[in-house]
Amino acid sequence: MSEMLTKSAARNIFYGGSAFFFAIFVGLVAHTHGYILSTSTDAKGLTDSVARGKHVWEKHACINCHTLIGEGAYYAPEVGNVMIRYGADTDPKGAAEALKAWMKAQPSGIPGRRQMPQFNLSEKELDDLAAFLEWTSRIKTNNWPPNKAG
Amino acid sequence: MKYQSQAIAKWYWFVAMALFAVQVLGGLLAGFIYVQPNFLSELMPFNIVRMLHSNALIVWLLLGFFGAAYYIIPEESEREIHSPTIAYLQLILLVAGTLGAVLTYIFDFFPGHWLLGKQGREFLEQPLWVKLGIIVAALMFLYNVSITVLAGRKTAITNVLLLGLWGIAVFFLFALYNPNNLALDKVYWWWVVHLWVEGVWELVMASVLAFIMLKLTGVDREVIEKWLYVIVATSLFTGVLGTGHHYYWIGAPAYWTWIGSIFSSLEVIPFFGMVVFTFMMVWKGRRNHPNRAALLWSLGCSVLAFFGAGVWGFLHTLHSINYYTHGTQVTAAHGHLAFFGAYVALNIAIMTYAFPQIFKANPYNQVLNMASFWVMSSAMAFMTFVLTFAGAVQTHLQRVLGMNYMEVQEQLSLFYWMRFGSGVVLIIGVLMWLYAMLGPRREVEIAPESVYSPAE
Repeated sequence: MSEMLTKSAARNIFYGGSAFFFAIFVGLVAHTHGYILSTSTDAKGLTDSVARGKHVWEKHACINCHTLIGEGAYYAPEVGNVMIRYGADTDPKGAAEALKAWMKAQPSGIPGRRQMPQFNLSEKELDDLAAFLEWTSRIKTNNWPPNKAG
Repeated sequence: MKYQSQAIAKWYWFVAMALFAVQVLGGLLAGFIYVQPNFLSELMPFNIVRMLHSNALIVWLLLGFFGAAYYIIPEESEREIHSPTIAYLQLILLVAGTLGAVLTYIFDFFPGHWLLGKQGREFLEQPLWVKLGIIVAALMFLYNVSITVLAGRKTAITNVLLLGLWGIAVFFLFALYNPNNLALDKVYWWWVVHLWVEGVWELVMASVLAFIMLKLTGVDREVIEKWLYVIVATSLFTGVLGTGHHYYWIGAPAYWTWIGSIFSSLEVIPFFGMVVFTFMMVWKGRRNHPNRAALLWSLGCSVLAFFGAGVWGFLHTLHSINYYTHGTQVTAAHGHLAFFGAYVALNIAIMTYAFPQIFKANPYNQVLNMASFWVMSSAMAFMTFVLTFAGAVQTHLQRVLGMNYMEVQEQLSLFYWMRFGSGVVLIIGVLMWLYAMLGPRREVEIAPESVYSPAE
């Protein structure tokens, strides 16, 4: 490498530059934090039910088959917009009922088809899960996914 | 090996090897469930298998890093590790935590319990008590190695290695923060996941590669350490703001689409730098070190990381492309080659280099070891290709044409069969490597010059 750059100069550039970029990153994330609370999510509508629903989602490690806004495993359908597929934008109650019926009907047992386990959720847990997924479907995601298929 | 306490590394690496075997067997099982979805579907569903696959990977790579630190730091600092007792206690703690996590995943004794139940965010599924145990183990580790480094000779390699290891511990703390707001959850979840693998882990990778280059090529320390600082500078300059490529669609402001696209495109630079670095050092090096297998893995590491992390990362990092490919098999393809190239190959390289030193033997079983490199790398390259094709087809059918997810998956079954096949070959490669490392030592090479000669 060039004789122009000494080792101590390289070291100083590394430490100084890294601190500089990390400071910018922290500032932008702080702004992003506020933007999420004020603009892109329904922070006021984040009810206890939604919070409990998130816990139901986590307790059963759903993310290790499904994706949620594109993140997770790729073994089962995207569920960030699953309530939209069930028609929650026009009929929220009907969509919640559809989700609950689906959850209760698993596993399908059809040979050669991917199987979703039966999680034996209570009525309350099912309602909470539906509330969480409905809340999630309203996050402003820069219009992702491209279509309803998720 | 010049210092007794370097032998601590051996025990970390033995556990790492066992978990490596668990990881690839878990992967094979998951790949089999993809093509035979009724298999084990009631007994051990896919999500559990996948947790074992991903968690075993992360833990064995970290154990490998710890082992590398315990091996490298005495030699660089020119003194024994401060307290081998703490080092062994740390390992016992980590093993207990790992067993606890595995049992929790499989049997789910305390579903949803705040302390004892699995937590269910991707990769951070460990129950809280295991997470706290990991933090305690990390503190023991950092205390132990930091004291050693501070008391001894300070080199660029130990500086960067320590910074990387401290960063791993600090960013892991965000695993404890899980807000109810999903968008916020995702923002800080990436502080663990991205700032690890595309941030501080790269510091560990570059410093370990620098150490191996120093030992294998005999190039001047001054030259190697200058390269090291330049490489890690480009890693953090690009990788930190490159986090933006995970902030496109999770509810963050739209400016991340530009920041993420620009900086994460530049993330290819440090990986390219590592390719140039390793090849330049080998080319300029005067030394003809007998451990050719370690050299092959080191060069393979930088090249495969360049393709897996660099090229395959760039493939879908621009926001206009990622809009369509996000969350498809394209991501899986990138993830597999990136982890294999950057971190699996790195761990294998340092173990392959260090084992003969720890055993005070000349390099052994090199032909088998090198053959395992080609078997594993070919299998992983093939897996990456078929998943990339699967992802391209999926992107078109699902994201462009709007076909239903399950219908699209049926179209991909041929790719999944080929992925399973490459998994079988990969496991053969892993077994070959484990046998080369741990089996009877044959084909021992007599060193043309002393293996133990320092490279200053």
